[in-house]
Amino acid sequence: MKIRIALLCAALLAAPPAFAKPFKWSSASDIPTWDIHSQNNALGNGVHAAVYESLVYYNSNSFKIEAVLATAWKPISPTQMRFSLRTGVKFHDGSPFTADDAVFSLQRAMHKNSNYAVYTQGIDRVVKVDANTIDVFTKDPNPVLLNQLTELRMMSKAWSEKNNSAAPMDIKTKEENFAHRNTNGTGPFMLKEWQPDQKMVLAANPNWWAKKDANVTEIIYTPVKSAATRMAALLSGEIDFVLDPSPQDLDRIRANRDLKVLDGVENRTIFFGMDQFRDELPGSNIKGKNPLKDQRVRKALYQAIDINTIARVTLRGLGQPTGALVAPQVTGWTEAIHKRHPYDVAAAQKLLAEAGYKDGFEVDFACPNNRYINDEQICQAVTAMWAKIGVKAKLRTQPLATYFPMIQRYEASIYMLGWGVPTFDALYSLQSLVRSVGVGGDGNYNVGRYSNPQMDALVERTKKETDLKLRTDLLTKALALQNEDIAHIPLHNQVIPWAMKKKVDLVHRADNRIDWRLLKVQ
Amino acid sequence: MIAALRHWLDSDIGYSFRSSPTALVAALIALVCGIAALFAPWVAPHNPFDLVTLELANARLPPAWYAEGSKTFLLGTDDQGRDILSAVIYGARISLAVGLASVVLSVVVGVTLGLLAGYLGGWIDAFLMRLCDVMLSFPAILVALLIAGVGRAMFSNAHETLAFGVLILSITLTGWVQYARTVRGSTLVERNKEYVQAARVTGVSSLRIMRRHVLPNVLGPVLVLATIHVATAIITEATLSFLGVGAPPTSPSLGTLIRIGNDYLFSGEWWITIFPGVMLVLIALSVNLLGDWLRDALNPRLR
Repeated sequence: MKIRIALLCAALLAAPPAFAKPFKWSSASDIPTWDIHSQNNALGNGVHAAVYESLVYYNSNSFKIEAVLATAWKPISPTQMRFSLRTGVKFHDGSPFTADDAVFSLQRAMHKNSNYAVYTQGIDRVVKVDANTIDVFTKDPNPVLLNQLTELRMMSKAWSEKNNSAAPMDIKTKEENFAHRNTNGTGPFMLKEWQPDQKMVLAANPNWWAKKDANVTEIIYTPVKSAATRMAALLSGEIDFVLDPSPQDLDRIRANRDLKVLDGVENRTIFFGMDQFRDELPGSNIKGKNPLKDQRVRKALYQAIDINTIARVTLRGLGQPTGALVAPQVTGWTEAIHKRHPYDVAAAQKLLAEAGYKDGFEVDFACPNNRYINDEQICQAVTAMWAKIGVKAKLRTQPLATYFPMIQRYEASIYMLGWGVPTFDALYSLQSLVRSVGVGGDGNYNVGRYSNPQMDALVERTKKETDLKLRTDLLTKALALQNEDIAHIPLHNQVIPWAMKKKVDLVHRADNRIDWRLLKVQ
Repeated sequence: MIAALRHWLDSDIGYSFRSSPTALVAALIALVCGIAALFAPWVAPHNPFDLVTLELANARLPPAWYAEGSKTFLLGTDDQGRDILSAVIYGARISLAVGLASVVLSVVVGVTLGLLAGYLGGWIDAFLMRLCDVMLSFPAILVALLIAGVGRAMFSNAHETLAFGVLILSITLTGWVQYARTVRGSTLVERNKEYVQAARVTGVSSLRIMRRHVLPNVLGPVLVLATIHVATAIITEATLSFLGVGAPPTSPSLGTLIRIGNDYLFSGEWWITIFPGVMLVLIALSVNLLGDWLRDALNPRLR
């Protein structure tokens, strides 16, 4: 008996600690960079949030703004907001988080290389008041300032300057900075290892300032491009969580006793953009003019798309067809804006003939193949639909890592893009997508370079308008103008289910990101 | 034509062919696949590359013998509403074309280099054989992957016909070695025979001796090798396409079709990937069996 107890004790002592809990997950692509101001990519932003924190963030259950690195904020004047910063917060390298870092980080987001200018929209300057207080001055009263700040994360001033990363990495060039592969944030997890496109390991931060709900000690991310392989990994138990299961596999997951599906609508609209700037499209058989500049041609392309069949067949119901550039949760959206121009091949052919392209034309068509749900399949289906009105779209598909820099260099004639709205306010979309290309966030993803002075005036007025009712009307008006002009061809709002093991406990968010602070694995 | 066929069937090899059921069945299958592929535009019920005829509403229909299936699409449809049967026939055409082209190229390159090495000897022989050793020390698929990958990176915006060029080149570059080895061995034997020496004494040039006297006597084994190699080349092509560096999705080979269908395997839409797979197995197996039979038939010791 004694021996048995001794053995038992020995076994208990030798057993591995019970608290080592890895969380293994996967989706189609890797994040583009660890530089938090270099590429405004939803997957990247969601993962960055594990390591870097912002002043304020959305609560995952209520989606209300809550304090993170700021503890309190109050307006001093209509254009000045004072933030008290949390004390006792340490970066992963042990240095304290201070007002200098906050000022530096916000200024870095406003740098000309920054891809986050759309979140610093309206911010005039940021000033340190004392070691734990900063003032944010806006050019005009800004009702969505706090929403914008949820996506502006904080990094260390001293660390960035020492490591030659004081400016954000320019995504249009291929030059890397130190912050591209290395991190130093204040968040609940620390970057331990990153081999782009292969594996990323985050380890829990033992010195995190907040009380931890999460019980995960390690987060292991493995991007897998093939949906079938990703699914096989989940079914075999190799991974715990898939962010973007393929629609065709959901029934099988639901039927599995060890797995569950968390359904949710993503606050993201998928659409096509068109080059409306060049006088001649590269790779097109039409010389000397650009057919996409003609609203009738854009409308013909629009009306030739049978979006309901795409939603039913290609997306298997996981898409909500829309005529609006934003999802219903976004301020400015209305039922009338949501209504699409009808699917009508005859009307489309008539429009093309009126515009002088009776026999159609050839046009370059670019799509990502690992960014949105069934993106490549949707584009193939649309290519066939356009063929029926004589438009020969020459489809090329690329992985996100090369696709986004490519469209940002204005190299695509027709391109697919999906736009989520972290601020839940249509200004964010309008400023990026339909405002003429300018400084700051203006037109920073308007890669078809659509330009309409009326639209610019509406966007500029919205930026300054403080009467909320009037402001919402302005947003709706701008969205209606987009539909009138067909600056973009909206397709659908993405419905995005998450697939995971039953033992994983987390909350589905409309911005399609995991809240790392709440992540639990039993 | 018929007389020639009858004449052939009466010969030794013809007799061995007639009396081997394996060879007959294999030849039949290969012939059917080959003719279907060659005359794809007339044989296939649809043209899978004509986008105008695609209807998304027809996507992912099961084969005709299922209740939801349709008689228009005998083997079902893929995720874009393409007829699988037609896609398979057109895919086989591309696979066969790529396979045959790379075998022909491999034979030309391999036989030429083998003859030169065997007949001339010396440092040319040493150099060529060391090159063969280097090529043999890599798995063929790895070399093919490397060439296909580098080729794609170098001409990323080029027309897709170039993709086929790179594909054929990469299979050729890994395939020529076995021909060179075989031909060199036979040449070493033939070179010292009396008829070659006689030709040399009468002052015939080296090139002419190689072409007129040695070549016909070393071609037997090459024929056998080439037949079997067709099957290998088709499989290499399918592997490369499956890995995404082969035939582009706009003109899919069997390997590309299998890769596309692979995404739907878990959701029960098996026909998208299985039928191209079956076609690949049929072609490779029949060609292989024919090659085996040919090897036995040409080997006097096995008669």
